[in-house]
Amino acid sequence: MTLLFGHLIDLLLAVSLTVLAWRLLATSDLFKATVLFIAFGLLMALAWVRLDAPDLALAEAVIGAGITGVLLLTALRHLDSGARVARMSGRSGRRSLRVLLPALGIMPALLVLLCLSSPHIRSTAGLTASVIERLDQIGTDHPVTAVLLDFRAYDTLLETAVLLLAVVAVWSLHPVRPIFSPEPISPAQRGLLRLLLPVLIMTSLYLFWRGSHAPGGAFQAGALLAAGLLLLLLSEQRLPGRWSGMFLRLLLAGGFMIFLLVAAGALVGTGTLLDYPGGGASWLLLSIEAALSLSIAALLATAVIGGRPSDRSTEFPPRRKDPAGEEG
Amino acid sequence: MNDLSVYAAAGILLFFIGLYALFFRRQLLSKILAANVMGSGVFLIFIGLVKQPGQSTDPVPQAMVLTGIIVTLCFTAAAIALAIRLKELNEEHHSATRPEDDFG
Repeated sequence: MTLLFGHLIDLLLAVSLTVLAWRLLATSDLFKATVLFIAFGLLMALAWVRLDAPDLALAEAVIGAGITGVLLLTALRHLDSGARVARMSGRSGRRSLRVLLPALGIMPALLVLLCLSSPHIRSTAGLTASVIERLDQIGTDHPVTAVLLDFRAYDTLLETAVLLLAVVAVWSLHPVRPIFSPEPISPAQRGLLRLLLPVLIMTSLYLFWRGSHAPGGAFQAGALLAAGLLLLLLSEQRLPGRWSGMFLRLLLAGGFMIFLLVAAGALVGTGTLLDYPGGGASWLLLSIEAALSLSIAALLATAVIGGRPSDRSTEFPPRRKDPAGEEG
Repeated sequence: MNDLSVYAAAGILLFFIGLYALFFRRQLLSKILAANVMGSGVFLIFIGLVKQPGQSTDPVPQAMVLTGIIVTLCFTAAAIALAIRLKELNEEHHSATRPEDDFG
């Protein structure tokens, strides 16, 4: 009975994900699409729970639904503000693309059939056993954290570099704009902030501590902290001018720099990049994780705000001037 | 048929729905959302095919998908910044030359 119920939930989730994706991409109302996308992210998190991947569920709920949602909603204010919405201009190529339509119908049908019918696709043993076998040589008990910070640490190092590069790209495109609506913040939002912020910080610390032995870790903790930061920034709190210069840049690059330093140190000490001395002492992993968490929180929050702080040391993000005197 | 392959199947459908929207939607934000949906589809296929019933999920693909989720966010942030910049440039261009002309 419970098994049947489980099957039913799986089927229901898979169908809802597909229908939601279709609806959110079919609508031309961008606000509706954004809200549907947030719902899609939450259902994805549920799907990860069903697939027994709680690390992914946490990351998807915070990043996929939460932070991407805020990012899209702030973008909508800029993209939708005028009468024109950013579009591809010109019609070229659209008609010739119609040739692809049959392929777009037949390919997925074939692949779905293949996936549902052949059991031998998944007959390989996978890497679970080899990871667990080597867990005692490194300073963490949670397999996913071990893969992230030790076995495939190179991936993670480059991932933080990508995150940093994304912020550099966003900063190089335009200076920061005010992100607030002209109306004053409601007292309810202030009250909610006062209630939620301590909880968010506590949960983030808890996830960070948990990462060494259970689902959780630097990325989820950093993302949750970023959510708290964004809540602060959206409630008209600002980073003071004297911190929006070198301090902010050091914070953004800190995680990557410390990770790179450790990698280079290992190269000098043992001759192999990222081969931690002593098989990866837990204090070493912990300090990398702590630096990564803080950097990730700052990087995600600044990526959502979008735009570099101005050269004169002013508050970040800036105050909205009254609409008449808005800068061009 | 395995009970969890429905997720891999849904992943395939998501990928192709996203691909279709990426080709045929005109609004840039829709294209960005489409790429996000395609990414989610790929992640679902990845984990859905790896998962063996009754066993814990393989940590290596999990870590790779975790990396993927963060990189997707990076992509989204950079793409949105580009879209906003494009819109600003278009508006400047239009207000400088032909204010009555619309897009398309």
